[in-house]
Amino acid sequence: MSTATVAVAAQLQEKPVKSRLTRQRIRYAWLFVTPMLVVLALVAGWPLFRTIWFSFTDANLSDLQVAEFVGFDNYVYLLSDPEWWNAVWNTVKFAAISVTLETILGLGIALALDAHFRGRGLLRAAVLIPWAIPTVVSAQMWGWMFHDVFGVINHMLMALHLISKPIAWTASPDTALVAVIIVDVWKTTPFMALLLLAGLQMLPGECYESAKVDGIHPFKVFWKITLPLLKPALMVAVIFRVLDAMRIFDLIYVMSGNNKDTMSMSVYSRQQLVDFQDVGYGSAAATLLFLIIAAFTVVYLTLSRVGRED
Amino acid sequence: MAAITMRHVKKSFGPVDVIKGVDLDIKDKEFVVFVGPSGCGKSTLLRLVAGLEDISSGQMLFDGKQVNDIPPAERGIAMVFQSYALYPHMSVYDNMAFGLKLANVGQGGIDERVRKAAGILQIEHLLDRKPKQLSGGQRQRVAIGRAIVRDPKVFLFDEPLSNLDAALRVQMRIEIAKLHRQLAATMIYVTHDQVEAMTLASRIVVLNAGHVEQFGSPLELYHHPQNLFVAGFIGSPKMNFLEGEVASVSGNAVTIQLATGETVVAPIAAQSAQKGQAVTLGLRPEHLLEGGGADSQLTGQVMTVEHLGGETFIYLDRGQPEPMVLKTEGNSRAKVGDTMPVGVPAGACYLFDHEGQAFDRQAMAA
Ligand SMILES: Nc1ncnc2c1ncn2[C@@H]1O[C@H](COP(=O)(O)OP(=O)(O)OP(=O)(O)O)[C@@H](O)[C@H]1O
Ligand SMILES: [Mg+2]
Repeated sequence: MSTATVAVAAQLQEKPVKSRLTRQRIRYAWLFVTPMLVVLALVAGWPLFRTIWFSFTDANLSDLQVAEFVGFDNYVYLLSDPEWWNAVWNTVKFAAISVTLETILGLGIALALDAHFRGRGLLRAAVLIPWAIPTVVSAQMWGWMFHDVFGVINHMLMALHLISKPIAWTASPDTALVAVIIVDVWKTTPFMALLLLAGLQMLPGECYESAKVDGIHPFKVFWKITLPLLKPALMVAVIFRVLDAMRIFDLIYVMSGNNKDTMSMSVYSRQQLVDFQDVGYGSAAATLLFLIIAAFTVVYLTLSRVGRED
Repeated sequence: MAAITMRHVKKSFGPVDVIKGVDLDIKDKEFVVFVGPSGCGKSTLLRLVAGLEDISSGQMLFDGKQVNDIPPAERGIAMVFQSYALYPHMSVYDNMAFGLKLANVGQGGIDERVRKAAGILQIEHLLDRKPKQLSGGQRQRVAIGRAIVRDPKVFLFDEPLSNLDAALRVQMRIEIAKLHRQLAATMIYVTHDQVEAMTLASRIVVLNAGHVEQFGSPLELYHHPQNLFVAGFIGSPKMNFLEGEVASVSGNAVTIQLATGETVVAPIAAQSAQKGQAVTLGLRPEHLLEGGGADSQLTGQVMTVEHLGGETFIYLDRGQPEPMVLKTEGNSRAKVGDTMPVGVPAGACYLFDHEGQAFDRQAMAA
């Protein structure tokens, strides 16, 4: 008898034989889950696996067949490339600033929308409009608005005498990232607001009435009741947004292309992989991005679990 | 000191009139209970007292001063909510201390008050726990404790015991009564549990569809209900109502001929009734005598017998839409199908005119 059969036999002895009903339930569970697993494996698992594999080769976009295994060469080169680190730094700055602004603004809007007033339903729908517009469209739209010669933003600022000469918003190193962050905040704050609004509406209403009867100052109610109770929803919203922001591609690419001042990790990978045809190196960058996001998620989830236990 | 007066208080939510003109005089340190069927406006009226809802029209006075536009926090009230409304993320201690303003009481004062309230409610050992680590009865006590520490002039309770099991309810009921004696504050208590209402109240307000049907002491409501609604609402099992008309009027009694042809003599101030007038006779199940033998006698066929151990409910079919219920001792031998005579003592009769208003009862003392 092999060790495997011994283990199986021991298991059979320990566990009571499953009833027919249980076996049937398990069969149905697999039946329903399998299609999703297959689709996931095809659309997510296989590309991910291929990307990781390419990252250890010198594959070139012109002919993927002739790739040769090069070990960690791509990674070594990547980690020593200042442009990569520039992209990492850009991405982190972008994610930190935009998510912070979106959270604060989103919370403010959510609190306002949570109040009772006429036309609240309409306003809630209206708030979602920036989120509903496809990113490429809004990026292009804002690109025109930011245009240095014809853009409406320069026009308005000039009319108000806030600036004396037009600013090249998306081209100038000082303002390119700012412009991208402004658009991202405009676009994603509604999403944040609605997530937080859903959280707010779950809060126990009687607690607030009780605080009202007790005459507790609204600021104290916000800090001591609303924020702590909203924390779980806030954590989920923030992690969603951070993961999204770390992968930022379309907005930046449409607004400022391969501009070094705004280049994110995703834009860097694409440039290597498509423009420079270097599939192996681009894949290494993409894989590293994946690992950074995965590590961030693990750390965040662990921290939040620790926070919940006490 | 807090006497609460309501004058023609009305409340509507949009087009829906919920409170339709309530006049009440609640005295200082009184324990007043609001009862009524579900949806009659008990909670709404309580929330008007608290200031959590605005009054649509009328006046609300605390000690003679109008409070219509005074926010809840400045009314000197504390409210205990049905779902307790404890802050889930705070310890019991913090829940109780949260409402106290540091400026008014000082750190030491807060601590002293919380511990004193915890002592009264016997929850000192729970002060460090979170609400979710408490049983329903313990949460209830914390909610009451949170009200006590504020030292309010008026306590408002909205069905505070409805989430508790029967045994705990009895225990908490006794504790609330004790608390009322200890604290000497005005208390308003909403419930739809009759026993709670009867045992706790100095006076009961019976609400129906947004207006007050009667306001009086528990025994006043029991012995002298002003109308059919109150008569049917107070008492369990419910009072039996029998249709009939006045057959004759003599001195201090009237003879009523029931729809079934039987006659019953009731001691009613005779001048108020007229011969031939349509009336409703009310008989409480606990006043009827199994086996007959009283001033008047009715009969019926036994439909159902419910043995509760200490008492028995007998349901009699008398050819009327509603069976007649009679409550008797635990060892009743009644069997389904028996024809049973039922004695009706004259003093047990309640009589209502065709509009449901009660005739004055003479024999019964309040
Ligand atoms: N905010 C509101 N908007 C509209 N209608 C309301 C509102 N609050 C209460 N009502 C209505 O007012 C009526 C009285 O409600 P209330 O909560 O006072 O009843 P209640 O006597 O406390 O009933 P229960 O015993 O079921 O708690 C109900 O018909 C209810 O639908
Ligand atoms: Mg209610």
